[in-house]
Amino acid sequence: MHLLELLSFGPNGWGNQLLAGTWLTIRLALATLPFGLLLGLLMALAKRSRNRWWRAFGNAYTTIFRGLPELLTIFIVYFGGQIVLQKFVSLFSDAPVEINGFVAGMVALGVVFSAYASEVFLGAFNNITRGQYEAAYALGLRPWATLRLVIVPQLVRLALPGLANLWLILLKDTALVSVIALEDLLRKTQIAVRVTKEPFLFFGVACLIYLVLSMVSSIGIVAIERWANRGVRRAS
Amino acid sequence: MRIVKQAAIAALALMAVTGAVQAKEWKNIRVAVEGAFPPFNFVGADNQLGGFDVDIAKAICEKMKAECTFAVQDWDGLIPALQAGKFDTIISSMSITDERKKVIDFSRPYYQSPSSFIAPKSAGIKDTSPEALKGKTIGAQSSTVQAAELEQKYKDSDIKLYPTQDEVNLDLVAGRIDMLFVDKLPGLDWLKTADGGNFEFVGTDLPTDGVGAGVRQSDTDLRDQISEAIVAIKADGTYDKINAKYFPFSIWKD
Amino acid sequence: MNWDALATYGPRMLQGLVVTLQLVVISITLGALLAWPVALARMSRSRILRGISFGYMYFFRGTPLLAQTFLVYYGAGQFRPQLEAVGLWWLFRDAFFCCVLTFTLNTAAYQAEILRGAIRAVPIGQSEAAMSLGLNSRQIFRKIIVPQALLIALRPLGNEVILMIKGSSVAAIVTVFDLMGVTRLAYSRTFDFQVYLWAAVLYLIVVETIRRVWDKLEHYLTRHLRHA
Repeated sequence: MHLLELLSFGPNGWGNQLLAGTWLTIRLALATLPFGLLLGLLMALAKRSRNRWWRAFGNAYTTIFRGLPELLTIFIVYFGGQIVLQKFVSLFSDAPVEINGFVAGMVALGVVFSAYASEVFLGAFNNITRGQYEAAYALGLRPWATLRLVIVPQLVRLALPGLANLWLILLKDTALVSVIALEDLLRKTQIAVRVTKEPFLFFGVACLIYLVLSMVSSIGIVAIERWANRGVRRAS
Repeated sequence: MRIVKQAAIAALALMAVTGAVQAKEWKNIRVAVEGAFPPFNFVGADNQLGGFDVDIAKAICEKMKAECTFAVQDWDGLIPALQAGKFDTIISSMSITDERKKVIDFSRPYYQSPSSFIAPKSAGIKDTSPEALKGKTIGAQSSTVQAAELEQKYKDSDIKLYPTQDEVNLDLVAGRIDMLFVDKLPGLDWLKTADGGNFEFVGTDLPTDGVGAGVRQSDTDLRDQISEAIVAIKADGTYDKINAKYFPFSIWKD
Repeated sequence: MNWDALATYGPRMLQGLVVTLQLVVISITLGALLAWPVALARMSRSRILRGISFGYMYFFRGTPLLAQTFLVYYGAGQFRPQLEAVGLWWLFRDAFFCCVLTFTLNTAAYQAEILRGAIRAVPIGQSEAAMSLGLNSRQIFRKIIVPQALLIALRPLGNEVILMIKGSSVAAIVTVFDLMGVTRLAYSRTFDFQVYLWAAVLYLIVVETIRRVWDKLEHYLTRHLRHA
């Protein structure tokens, strides 16, 4: 009974706190997604570029951010980004700048996400055959229409399984931002543990909440994949 | 791109505001605390910040006629975040040390407390010299005076460093460490809790230089104003009232 | 360059790197041993075995490694009397061991999923051909399926090793002085941001080395497939 009370939403319970943390975790992951996708697409385009320097840049970016521990990337963006930005702004004014933890976490997670996503996009691009472009050309489509009507729908379908996987990883990686004082689910849990001295209960519950988030995501992913594959006939 | 844009907007906005007040009256002070160091600063069960540091900070701001906003920041990140401009001052039981003075400035001390060892009553430890503690596992919070002291002098002991003091305490109770090294006052507070019942102070205390408010080295005006405010709240009795709320004896440092 | 800090903390960071590598090698090896029974249980005919291994894999793949590490490390601290009663406390007392345990359980779940996928990816014709040659099902599994599955699994397993190297940095948060732990210590003493960049270079060197060695290994092991 005592343990249940700790998890309740009442004045003695930590339910509200855990819920608030979960909400921040979800918001952070959702905010990171478009940023990471866009950056990933740009990096994939850079790696496909005819310009040697763009290619080198894209490859170096991928190598670095896929090779660094996510925890380290977060520290580097959080502290390093702040220092660089401060130096930059101090050229114009002595005003303090502040990147809030949420934005820093979003950028760090987005950078990691984009490094992996660029590889997924690259793989998808490579799977769209030359014939598709040629057929579109033969139909008289302009380049922009080709991209919008022929390439992107296929790209989305081909990249979706890989991106879905990255989303699940992103959801778990958000836990790392708890070390930069962002009040996400894991950090709220740590605060609860400090006060209640019930680590097993609270960390266990936190794990279960992450599990539920993964489960809900999986259901959503299945629905999206069905939608993306609506035009594809199955062999069996 | 997004950041750059945001930063540019922020910079422009701030330039507009601060351009007029170059002298810096410090109407708004952003105070950072760790929030995990009872009874000095902690997040209570109601999720509100409380503790000696927090009360002192509020009194200082009131004296300075400034608006205080509090930010909670992990201990390890306090100084980097101060330097990076995330807030203006650290009022979070940060001891004044030479190492820290290389990178930030401190106000005059607002309290003083020595460092002490805590061990299980059953262990019967009397001597806490480096020789006597050879081979023992000693815990402390990382980036504290205590951690630095252990690193420098207790080279033959196994040192374990934790992100927060609560975690050190938790592992002492669990028996993962033989003893811990901590600021005496929070130690005293912890010994009174249910968890602390089987433990005691052992050996000799080591003196420290007191605890001050940390500020960026460029903000000498803020540093001096905080120092003045500390003296002023001591003079008008506010300090003693706050002191009495937490400790039955004075922790003031002249 | 901050030479003072490099002289003081450089050697310690290399020691930390050794701790990181120990953590990873032990966890990956033990995880590989555990992954087999888990993968086989996942594909077994017994519904109970399937259920247990599904639950195990779902839990460890669906939750953050940092949360798992906290659960094991601080959770174990809470159950000290019980662990002492069964004579296991001396193991759980040690943060390094708690990390090895968590990482092993974690990587075993991922490796089991890789193995399962690889075994299923071996074309059915392979076992049909073996059956027509008169091999029994045990022989088919050991001599025909497993060798081919391992080749398929090679690349994802290499990725898993790299993920473990990166993931092992969470050990720093529970007092282990691995590369990340020493880096945090060095930063907290010097307040010099450079130390994070040094750590980044070390991690990149290790990860790139492993990636290249793995590519070579794959190239060598698949040499018989490369004529057509």
